[in-house]
Amino acid sequence: MPHTQPSLDLSPPVSDEIRKTTCYMCACRCGINVHIKDGKVAYIEGNRDHPVNKGVLCAKGSAGIMQHNAPSRLRRPLRRVGPRGSGEFQEISWDDALSIACGWLENIRHDAPEKLAFFTGRDQSQSFTSFWAQNYGTPNYAAHGGFCSVNMAAGGIYTMGGAFWEFGQPDWDHTRLFMLFGVAEDHDSNPIKMGLGKLKARGARVIGVNPIRSGYNAVADEWVGITPGTDGLFVLALIHCLIKAGKIDLDYLSRYTNAPVLLDQETGLFLRDDDGKPLVRDRRGGAVCAFDTPGIYPDLNASHDGHRTVFQHMAERYLSPEHAPEAVAAQCGIPAERIRAIAAELARVAFDEAFEIACEWTDFRGETHSSMTGRPVSMHAMRGVSAHSNGFQTCRALHVLQILLGTVEVPGGFRFKPPYPKPAEAHPTPHCWARPDAPLDGPHLGFVRGPEDLALKPDGSPARIDKAFTWENPMSAHGLMHMVISNAHAGDPYRIDTLFLYMANMSWNSSMNSGGVMEMLTDTDENGDYVIPHIIYSDAYSSEMVAYADLILPDTTYLERHDCISLLDRPICEADAAADAIRWPVVQPDRDVRGFQTALIQLANRMKLPGFTNDDRSPKWKDYADYIVSHERRPGIGPLAGFRGDGSQSGRGEVNPEQLDRYIENGGFFVNHIPEGAQYYKPWNTAYQEWAVGMGLFDSPQPYLFQLYVEPMRKFQRAAEGDGERQPPDHLRQRIIQTMDPFPIWYPPFEDANVDPDDFPVHALTQRPMAMYHSWGSQNAWLRQLHGHNPLYLPTRLWRQHGFRDGDWARVTSAHGSIVVPVAHHGGLNENTIWTWNAIGKRKGAWALSEDAPEATRGFLLNHLIHELQPPKGDGLRWSNSDPITGQAAWFDLRVKIEKVAAPDECAPAFPPLRSPVGQGPAELTWKVGK
Amino acid sequence: MTTLPTSTDRKLGLVIDLDTCVGCHACVISCKGWNTENYGAPLADEDPYGADPAGTFLNRVHSYEVQPETGATQLIHFPKSCLHCTDAPCVTVCPTGASYKRVEDGIVLVNESDCIGCGLCAWACPYGARELDAAEGVMKKCTLCVDRIYNAHLPEEDRVPACVRTCPAGARHFGDFADPESHVSRLTAERGGIDLMPEQETRPVNKYLPPRPKDRLQEQVDILAPLLAPVSEDSAGFFGWLDKALDRLPGAPSKDETR
Repeated sequence: MPHTQPSLDLSPPVSDEIRKTTCYMCACRCGINVHIKDGKVAYIEGNRDHPVNKGVLCAKGSAGIMQHNAPSRLRRPLRRVGPRGSGEFQEISWDDALSIACGWLENIRHDAPEKLAFFTGRDQSQSFTSFWAQNYGTPNYAAHGGFCSVNMAAGGIYTMGGAFWEFGQPDWDHTRLFMLFGVAEDHDSNPIKMGLGKLKARGARVIGVNPIRSGYNAVADEWVGITPGTDGLFVLALIHCLIKAGKIDLDYLSRYTNAPVLLDQETGLFLRDDDGKPLVRDRRGGAVCAFDTPGIYPDLNASHDGHRTVFQHMAERYLSPEHAPEAVAAQCGIPAERIRAIAAELARVAFDEAFEIACEWTDFRGETHSSMTGRPVSMHAMRGVSAHSNGFQTCRALHVLQILLGTVEVPGGFRFKPPYPKPAEAHPTPHCWARPDAPLDGPHLGFVRGPEDLALKPDGSPARIDKAFTWENPMSAHGLMHMVISNAHAGDPYRIDTLFLYMANMSWNSSMNSGGVMEMLTDTDENGDYVIPHIIYSDAYSSEMVAYADLILPDTTYLERHDCISLLDRPICEADAAADAIRWPVVQPDRDVRGFQTALIQLANRMKLPGFTNDDRSPKWKDYADYIVSHERRPGIGPLAGFRGDGSQSGRGEVNPEQLDRYIENGGFFVNHIPEGAQYYKPWNTAYQEWAVGMGLFDSPQPYLFQLYVEPMRKFQRAAEGDGERQPPDHLRQRIIQTMDPFPIWYPPFEDANVDPDDFPVHALTQRPMAMYHSWGSQNAWLRQLHGHNPLYLPTRLWRQHGFRDGDWARVTSAHGSIVVPVAHHGGLNENTIWTWNAIGKRKGAWALSEDAPEATRGFLLNHLIHELQPPKGDGLRWSNSDPITGQAAWFDLRVKIEKVAAPDECAPAFPPLRSPVGQGPAELTWKVGK
Repeated sequence: MTTLPTSTDRKLGLVIDLDTCVGCHACVISCKGWNTENYGAPLADEDPYGADPAGTFLNRVHSYEVQPETGATQLIHFPKSCLHCTDAPCVTVCPTGASYKRVEDGIVLVNESDCIGCGLCAWACPYGARELDAAEGVMKKCTLCVDRIYNAHLPEEDRVPACVRTCPAGARHFGDFADPESHVSRLTAERGGIDLMPEQETRPVNKYLPPRPKDRLQEQVDILAPLLAPVSEDSAGFFGWLDKALDRLPGAPSKDETR
């Protein structure tokens, strides 16, 4: 045929309209342009104006159209009619559903509000759901942070007033060396990819520290395939090398950290003045005075009546040969020379590539600096280092490393995002005083300053069902959602009446010991009644958890709802701007579903909860959109900071009834930029502090010092040593003294002592694929074609040792259980580590998938190998499988052994199919809307 | 059999940076979304919620492990779509003229109304870049978003392929390789961009930037070691060093001066 070309329409209309809202395909919360044709969703792309993603969008975000139209969407409220776990439901009206829920909830509130356990999983409205729980009056509220990354959050806040991801970000435009620890592909998804792209474009170096070389570690210039659970040991060796070589930022440490603070040699507490301010010695004048005294230069090397500085104690600690690279190399699985090379590279870039930005600023002691010193080293970490029983101290070590290099809040380093920096003492303390028919005495979650803030009843027993803020895990700032069902089932510390969950797949991938949890949820007492009498669950989709609830409140998809991504909550700010955003119904639901937050308001209105009710007993808000606009947390401060008052006010201002319209006109978000001279050194920068007060982030300037030494931890140690009124039980004293060290320490993950490492020689991990997130991708027709099943990846050493070949299967056994799964070879892997993708495995009958879906036959969960309790120690006590400081679920402590088995038909354990309340999806998709 | 144009006015194509691609599949799904809703028949998915879901994709990311002679195994994420070859065997093999290469810009397209779904082009393509849509029975392939790049309904900055617009890491670049001064031509020259399987003599327009060398830090230990020279061998000596070092700081006058 000769060359011929048809005539093409090169300018076809793209859509009828673009509606701009916020993605919810993961927790990244990017701005999206939803193209609408004929009133339907036609195409989703990133919003170029949005501060988070600046136009780009990940696979999940683009696949949102398949999530929105998923056949697994719930359609109506459901009441259980078969036994729990059967999936037998009857559709009921919203009026009936709310009446049933209120019947249970009002009785509890009138009798003993703590008998409601309200936990909200992957909630992005925690400032609202906690407000609801507080006004209801139960102490038992938290979201999923306890089984996610509370170690990172709490370690960061106690150390420097913020951590990674929502708290801050690398200075991508200036950093020259970026060090990434552990799996990070899940959180801050697009910003980290965008940042890596910037680094790559200018040839900056990336060091990835991760047992697994995939994702970001695949493009890292250096891959450090560390032994799981030894990151803290590695970081302390870097600290050893840097201190020993004097490659630390002495000026930064003197001015901005508690390194020069004098420690009482008797108590290990700070010397303080009459106002309670920590004391330093002025190197200029020699006076011992409050740390913030104008004009002083605190002396790192001071002593005063035998009391020495934090820095002196710290240097002695880390100069010790036990922290030398040679002493840790074998355990970390990293040659000593390589540890030294990395330490030297950190020193080289931080000090030899330092630069100045000519920008004047004034610090909190009144000293004006003519420029800002850039130290272009930055770091990031998330769950990889968090999800170990030594995770809190490891996160602390990582932050201390950055601080010693002087790279936090300086150009090229790590930068906070508003409302951070915010030190622990600017956060609330936990509250737990529950009384019938009354609100709780304050916010549930917070940051303890010492034993006096623990959530204990007068008899010393835990006030909360999850035992958060007890001697077992004193600094459990996000609660322990992974312990709720186990404790409620055991009646330890007490029995509950109703378990109320939102967006948390607790009978499957969100729990340790998933099979055990199913049994707990269905277990009956001697009368044949369920041990957990009532379960209410809200989800938009037919997840595994639906079958285990008595009452289902069907939620909307993210394109059908109002939400606020609030500065009161988990905002979307950038290092040089405050920002928040909304979701709004870009399409209306075609099912009888309601946004969960609106359902909560309707429940509150029926119960006439304080906080939701006017003096005349009329409801304050009719739905969530009404709350978002009209609620004031403090006078002039509401869920949304933008377009307040007459629409021109930011941060503070009267309620603006047209606020949501203004957000929609602005693309679904609001941004307020930090003035140029206030963009770095934020904790100490007078201009930033004033801007933050103006924005309503604080009511007065809050300058503070970074805490190399965390005094509240010393207070717990002192209690364990016998000091004070509130005393820990004897069986915990030694552990508290050991783990609550006010300086970062490393100790082996608890699993290493609980099981014989020779019997269980292999570390087992999960990672989340970048293209999927949690369980939500399984129902997504496009994403499940990328990751529809998950082999267990084995390193070359184990692959050869066991004689595995492609297509083989293995039995993997932990101290708790065993699974039989398909295996695959992965060369770029720590030689003692195996891994798989998280939450690909599905139960038959869930998510509107067919029962022979690969997710259910060749997909599996590692969760079956991990127990929420450590193995029994013979003392009759239940020791949770958590970090002893924060209660963070220690998912990644897991040790296993592996053996080759004949290929079965499907993975084990296999559970009976659930009856789908929504049927199954269609046999073919040819998705095209409009003409 | 179908004739290729002797030359094209422009040579539009992609540069894909294998040193930067993190394998996130954003390009895969953005492409799926755009091309399901736009050019020609939607990209169908068979058994989308069943045992063997199989959809049509115009762009896929494969991952390959590479074992260097020494050192750790490396992993390369490799996005693959039509390379819009200058000597495109998929066009010349086409019995109906449905496959063609545009004279204006070199984009290789399928005219779906002339496609009989014989699949010869997919066999001829050495890269496996074409997929037969099971629902429509026509051959689908990357269009380089020909309905975006000239589309007056889109803002000018959005007139790029969907995969390029969405790539979070900025690993995909779009431009005219016929222009030696274009962004893509310069990137290819600076970073040693390569043809995929040049021995196939297809002369692909798309280029790949190879991964940079990895795991080299430890080799530089001799250069780096002096940076870690101890300031002292014991802690007493360390605190002596500290005092002197503090005296040398610009912001901190020495004790001798001030007392």
